[in-house]
Order: sequence, then C-alpha cells, then structure tokens
Amino acid sequence: MIPQSLIKATADQLMAKAAIEIPDDYLSGLERMADTEQGDLSAFVIRAMLDNYKAAKEDRRAMCADTGVPRWYVKIGNEAQIEGGPIALETSLRRAVADATQDIPLRPNRVHPLWRTDHNNNCGIGAPEIDYAFHPDADWIELTTVHKGGLFGSDYRMLFPADGIDGIKRFYLDTLVSFGKRGLACQPAIIGIGLGGSKDICMTLGKQAACLRTVGSINPDPKIAALEEEFRDFGNSIGMGAMGFMGSSMVVDCHIEVGYCHTGGLPMSVHMFCLSSRRASARVYKDGRVDMRGDPNWFTDYMRRDGVDWDGATSLAAE
Amino acid sequence: MANTKLKTVRLQLPVSTDDLKGLELGTIVYLDGRIFTGRESVYKKALDEGAGLPAPLGELGTVNFHCSPAASINADGSYNLGAVTATASFRFKKWLKAWFELSQCKIIIGKGGMTSDIYRNFFVPNGAIYLTTVGYGTGALLGRGIKRVVTTYWREELGLAQAIWVLDVENFGPFLVESDLNGNSLFERENAKIAPRLQAAYEGTRPATMARYGETDDKTDELI
Repeated sequence: MIPQSLIKATADQLMAKAAIEIPDDYLSGLERMADTEQGDLSAFVIRAMLDNYKAAKEDRRAMCADTGVPRWYVKIGNEAQIEGGPIALETSLRRAVADATQDIPLRPNRVHPLWRTDHNNNCGIGAPEIDYAFHPDADWIELTTVHKGGLFGSDYRMLFPADGIDGIKRFYLDTLVSFGKRGLACQPAIIGIGLGGSKDICMTLGKQAACLRTVGSINPDPKIAALEEEFRDFGNSIGMGAMGFMGSSMVVDCHIEVGYCHTGGLPMSVHMFCLSSRRASARVYKDGRVDMRGDPNWFTDYMRRDGVDWDGATSLAAE
Repeated sequence: MANTKLKTVRLQLPVSTDDLKGLELGTIVYLDGRIFTGRESVYKKALDEGAGLPAPLGELGTVNFHCSPAASINADGSYNLGAVTATASFRFKKWLKAWFELSQCKIIIGKGGMTSDIYRNFFVPNGAIYLTTVGYGTGALLGRGIKRVVTTYWREELGLAQAIWVLDVENFGPFLVESDLNGNSLFERENAKIAPRLQAAYEGTRPATMARYGETDDKTDELI
C-alpha cells in the first residue's frame, strides 16, 4: 500500500521543483541554442533567460510569474495499491496545488470561464486536470506535474490524407509563425505534434508530446524520428528566433506522437512548451522510497501498443 | 547581465517625455522608482464602471505594467511576492485612449507590444513609449528588482492576479524599447526583416485541402 502522506509530500516537492527549476534537458537544449544564435536581439533574450533560471534557483522563486495552469499526469502500476484509493489520491494532488499557490507562491491563474471567480488556489471545476495511464508488472505510481502556459501556441486542424506530409508541414509552419511573431509562444519551445486519434486525443497526444517527452528523445518509429529531426531543423531555418526577432532559435526539439484515426482523416495538433517548460516527475513506492526522475517516461511501449493483447514482451523497455 | 552589443540605459522614475527622447528601438532598459500593475479588470473598473483611479497619480506613478505577480498574502497581512512577468498587451487596446487621459502614463510595460497604428494614435500624442519584457518570462530577475510592495488596491473585488499592485523597484529589468516617441515598433521592424525568408520557407508546403473561413495567404499577417 502506498501511503497517502507520501503521495502528498512528493506532490508538494514536485510542485516547487516544476515552478522553480528549469528541467536539465530543456536547459541543455537552450544552452546549445545560445551558442549558435547569431541574431543580437534573439541571443540577448536567450542569455537573459539563462540568467533568469539561475536567479530562480538561487532565490527559490518561480521562474516565470505566469506560473501556468498546474496539472497532473499519474501513471499507476498494474499492481499498485493506493491508500484511500483514487479519491484520496486526487485530494492530495488538488491540495498540493492549492498549498503551492500560497507557499511558493504561484499566480492564482485559474478562474471560472464566465464569472471569472478566482479561488486564489489554482483549483476549481476541472482544475487541476489529472490524466491517468497504466503500466504493466509494477506496484509503484508515477506523479508528473506540468505547469504549461495556457494562452498561445497551440492549434488543431482536420487535415486529410490528400494533404500528406507537405500539408502537415504547412500547418506546422502556420502555427510556428502565427504564434512566433512577437514571441507570443515564448519560444524557443519544445514543439509537440499530435497526428491522428480522434479530435480530443489528437490534442492530448500533441500536448503530451510537448510536455512529457524530454529534449533529445526520439520516437521509436525511425521514419517518425526522421520527421521530428527534419521539422526541428526546418523550424529553426525560417529566420525567426526568440521573441520573434531575427534569428535561428524557434524549436528546442520537436516531438511527434501518433494514434490511429478515422480512415478519411488526418487530424493534427501543434503545441508549444515555452521557455518556462515546467515539469517534474517522481516514482513513489510502497516501501516509502521516492525517485525524482528527470524523464517522465510517459510514452512507453505499453502506451504505444499497436495490437489487441499485451504480451508483456517489451514491458520493461521504459525502465 | 549577459554580454551584448545592444545599448543599455537606466531610467529614474518618474520620467518626463523629454527623458524618453533618443531612446532607440531595441535599447535595453532598467528602471528605478515607482510602478503599478493594471490589466483588463483594472481598466474595466476604472474606465467602464467609472471608478477612476483608486489613488492620486503621484502615488501610483506613471508606469503601467501589464502584469499579474505570482504573489500571496501571508497570515499577518504582509505580502509574499515571488516572480513577476508581463501579460500580452494587444488585448487591452480598446481602453488605451481613455486610459492615457486618466492615468497620464508615460511608459507601458507588457508582453508582445502593440501595433504601430496604436502607438501613433494613442502613445505618441501622450508622449509615451512601450517597453517589452524579455523572454518571455524573466520572472525571477524581475522579482529581484522589486524592493517594496507599497500597497495593493481592489484586491478583494478583482482578486490577487487582477488587482493594482503599487511597487517600488530598483534596477528593474531587463526590458527592450519596443516603441519610440515616433510610434515605430521594434517587432514590426523585425517582422519586415524576416518576411522574405518566411516566404521561401513556405515553398514546398501545401495549403490545406479544406480551408478555414476567413483564412488568407498573406504571410505578413499577424494574429493581433
């Protein structure tokens, strides 16, 4: 049985880590861009951001005052038992968000869409979102919090098989440029692209590709991996850099995730995880151990399974 | 701050229009003195509902920051102010004319700037300029520059994020000069430079089989 107190304490820690510490994989990616950026203004912006990450860690303050819309991704091992069950788990995660809002502090971003009611704790109807996934042959749970900005940089479009790769490229470029001008997307960003699925899953896949895969990771399908690389380099070649200034720094990395879709369609979503790519993950065990993890390892072989039954042959690939 | 070829200036607040003369687009700016936050809910209350300003101009200063801080109130009523960053300004243009008349602001700080049309129509006649935050999201650096929360106004009605925060700042920045006293825009200058490369990038892509209503093929378009 995984104790609820351990889940809450881990969630508290993850909330602070996500808000304050830029993840190492994103930081390394941005440092590489700082070395190659030739545009004066774009290079200045990137260096200011590198200074900012340092200041945030030194002062233990949030790296950006738009602290995003905190949410949770929970992966539950097939054999895991959670004290109090899923209801207690969700209470702990909501409490961690409310506590962090007061203690770090975070900006109380979450309001009612019509009445603009603000509980000053980032909790409300449907907030924080909590997404679930499962893992075979495991008795732990993994908690990941993502504090993604909520306004600019995402779009969805129903394409068709006739649009093909050139059409995919067009919508990718449209999204980069429209939100890249003036830096509304707060680039350089991790771009997540969702291809396929039903409409809502298409959005979910793209968002998870942006927020839950680390810079440098590749899709296991070699042709998709090649596309990821091509799109990353393409995005950095359009002449636009940080804040939409002249430069070559738009895309820290590009991740593509796919799901089977309607035979007549090719739905596509694009998401941009910004200069404050806030995420933090931990695996929590029943014996009280907690492993802080740099990689959420969300997309496992099990998550990307293709067949009807799970034979378990590759279930350890994510370990 | 990082090495750069860009010019850097430090401005003592309050500024007069004369102090802003000669500030070129793309200059890095740091501020010392009094500023206040205000965004849509403040404009709605002050202008649409006719409440006016909650304090004399001298007390608020003449620098309006489009910002909601990441802040909370401690049990003893004191402020816990962490990071501060700007929110996108283009959404506030409908209030600008009346806002300049009421607030007599000389500097507006925000994210993403506004258009040169807006600068020429509303900023230039009021001798005001626009400074953009950098990144975006130098929240920790800006948070360090805040030396004192002087007070807050309308906290109960508008909530922490939308309230007016009056702040004394020191070496507060970095910002970039986005509009000058002639109403030119740094972002628009950069957009124009990028346009030819962009045109080339689109070659070999394919417009969607099913268009969207209102969609154009003009690559100089912006969302704002």
